[in-house]
Amino acid sequence: MQLDDLQTIAEKHQASRKKFCLRTCMSAGCMSSQADVIKKNLESEVKTQGLEADVEVRRVGCMGFCGQGPLVGVDGHAQDGELFEHVKPEDAPAVVRSLTGGECALERGDPHHPFFAKQLRIVRANGGIIDPERIEDYIAAGGYVALHNALTELTPAQVIEQITRSGLRGRGGAGFPTGLKWSTVAKSPGAKKYIVCNGDEGDPGAFMDRSILESDPHLVLEGMAIAAHAVGADQGFLYVRAEYPLAISRLNLAIKQAKALGLLGGAIFESPFTFNIDIRIGAGAFVCGEETALMASVEGKRGTPRPRPPFPAESGLWGCPTLINNVETFANIAPILNRGADWYASLGTEKSKGTKVFALTGKIQNNGLIEVPMGIPLRQIVEEMGGGAPDGGSIKAVQTGGPSGGCIPAQHLDTPVDYESLVKLGSIMGSGGMVVMDDKTNMVEIAKFYMEFCMDESCGKCIPCRTGTVQMFRLLEKITARQATAADLAKLEELCDMVRATSLCGLGQTAPNPVLSTLRFFRHEYEELLQSDAHAAPPPATPA
Amino acid sequence: MNTTLAPSKPSAATRVSRQIAGDKRFKILEVHIKKFQHRQDALIEVLHKAQELFGYLDDDVLRFVAWQLKLPASRVYGVATFYHFFTLKPQGQHTCVVCLGTACYVKGADKILAAVQERTHIAAGETTPDNKLSLLTARCIGACGIAPAVVYDGKVAPKQTPAEALRHLNEWN
Repeated sequence: MQLDDLQTIAEKHQASRKKFCLRTCMSAGCMSSQADVIKKNLESEVKTQGLEADVEVRRVGCMGFCGQGPLVGVDGHAQDGELFEHVKPEDAPAVVRSLTGGECALERGDPHHPFFAKQLRIVRANGGIIDPERIEDYIAAGGYVALHNALTELTPAQVIEQITRSGLRGRGGAGFPTGLKWSTVAKSPGAKKYIVCNGDEGDPGAFMDRSILESDPHLVLEGMAIAAHAVGADQGFLYVRAEYPLAISRLNLAIKQAKALGLLGGAIFESPFTFNIDIRIGAGAFVCGEETALMASVEGKRGTPRPRPPFPAESGLWGCPTLINNVETFANIAPILNRGADWYASLGTEKSKGTKVFALTGKIQNNGLIEVPMGIPLRQIVEEMGGGAPDGGSIKAVQTGGPSGGCIPAQHLDTPVDYESLVKLGSIMGSGGMVVMDDKTNMVEIAKFYMEFCMDESCGKCIPCRTGTVQMFRLLEKITARQATAADLAKLEELCDMVRATSLCGLGQTAPNPVLSTLRFFRHEYEELLQSDAHAAPPPATPA
Repeated sequence: MNTTLAPSKPSAATRVSRQIAGDKRFKILEVHIKKFQHRQDALIEVLHKAQELFGYLDDDVLRFVAWQLKLPASRVYGVATFYHFFTLKPQGQHTCVVCLGTACYVKGADKILAAVQERTHIAAGETTPDNKLSLLTARCIGACGIAPAVVYDGKVAPKQTPAEALRHLNEWN
């Protein structure tokens, strides 16, 4: 495989394009509403109407507007990029007829709606455009050129320099500078090094990584391969949740295709570079999103974290230097090399560069996946793109960062979305879940919901997290049952500090965040539930 | 003289080989383990396959895996019980998984769960006495754009309501 071969594949693919293309979303969301049947019906309808020479029905990944699914996009029409929403299998004849000027009463999405217009798609550029199960589609979209250039034109140090200069920071939530992490692994002594891609997207309310893996698996593989070249690794692991079966099957297929073309495996692009990727399937443990726990899981052990240092960059999988990055981080690599570090560094804010994908869900009109430049005000995301709360309600808060994050109240909606601003408000960027709450949402219940989550997901290794989360959950139960006093609330706050300060890993250290952030902005909701000390109920029976 | 002694317990190896002879699913599992070259770090992958074949992981399956990978049984049991995805009890004929992720929760997944629990008289994680239905909850299945979601026998259904969920359950009766 050489650059010319890539171009030949791309040209051949371009030549096979037909006049019209019906892009059928086959991502997990739309699949649950019979997208597979819709695609089959469209195909047979194209045959029935004798349009096979002109119309291609293509399987594509997530288009982002999941709340309006199933979606079918149309290319080649007068209104290019037309989008049919809420398509049903029986709508296939009308959709196909619309290509030749027929009537179609189906709901149409507005491609100029702020939901689409305000997006800046870098990692999701191919999402909803290419067929994720065909490597030719990815190559035709410019895929694997960045890997070729990295291997033939750049030294590992030059690759790392590009990533560093781009200002890319880890998209898993903590925002550690990616270039710095890469150079640490590259400098760590050791003949054997590993690359790990963290696809254990455990935060409830987040599905960005699932969507990237399902819609553009090769983008992640290419990013991992470039990273392997940069740090000197020859083996990678891609850790995916068992809850994402579609992502797993598409990744397996993608790896097979890349190997067949000599883009993974030995002698990649006829260079001495060798790189293999194995999929590791998670088994339902939130704590495995923590890097040391994830590595234990990759080694086939219980997913319990261990103290850092040593950091994985020095001693990771089987004691070898290991580079571990999130799915979205790897997905940014090829675009950065293709378009240059300076271009990437020109996007976003001073300290947060590039774009971020968010899963916009909850009590909001437009549910779905968006990719926006860093620093965009939260209000633009929620009110303009998301369309505000449904049924005339008003937005009360936006939860970011999942169980490790916090709730940002409506009065702070003008905050720019970047790593530092969110931390200042007691929340975090997190992996990108954004759950909108309206005025009917009870914030104490939300805090209790997250605490129950952390309690169940605590791995049990360290005591502050194991027992602290149970005690905090019981106090929250007592508060919501209107049996607590001000003394209980004080105890809860004290416990929050203790668990945060003394837990072993991120799960415990951040478990109190939902309580602390709701206490900070919605303290009155807690206080309204308290009894005065004089009328305190007798303590509940000793729990079992 | 030996005949007077109680027959000794068959060794783990004999027990395991008897199992293989009796049940071809063990054979399939063995082939799968060979594919991983008996690597101990493939334990989770092997358990996934075992659960796919047997539906759940009972003691015999866990012992077989331990023996094949040359791991202590305690380590295999530890891993099988650590991860939520593995179940050590048989499941009912049908499974209903209510997603309780945040997006589903704020859109009323708790009410769906309550309605199903009331109808079936079982709590989440339990199976009905007639073995018809297992009710489970999920932390987040990543279908937040179509919340609240419920998974009926492995098929994700979007935008569910308590009434819709009960209608699905009725179909299984």
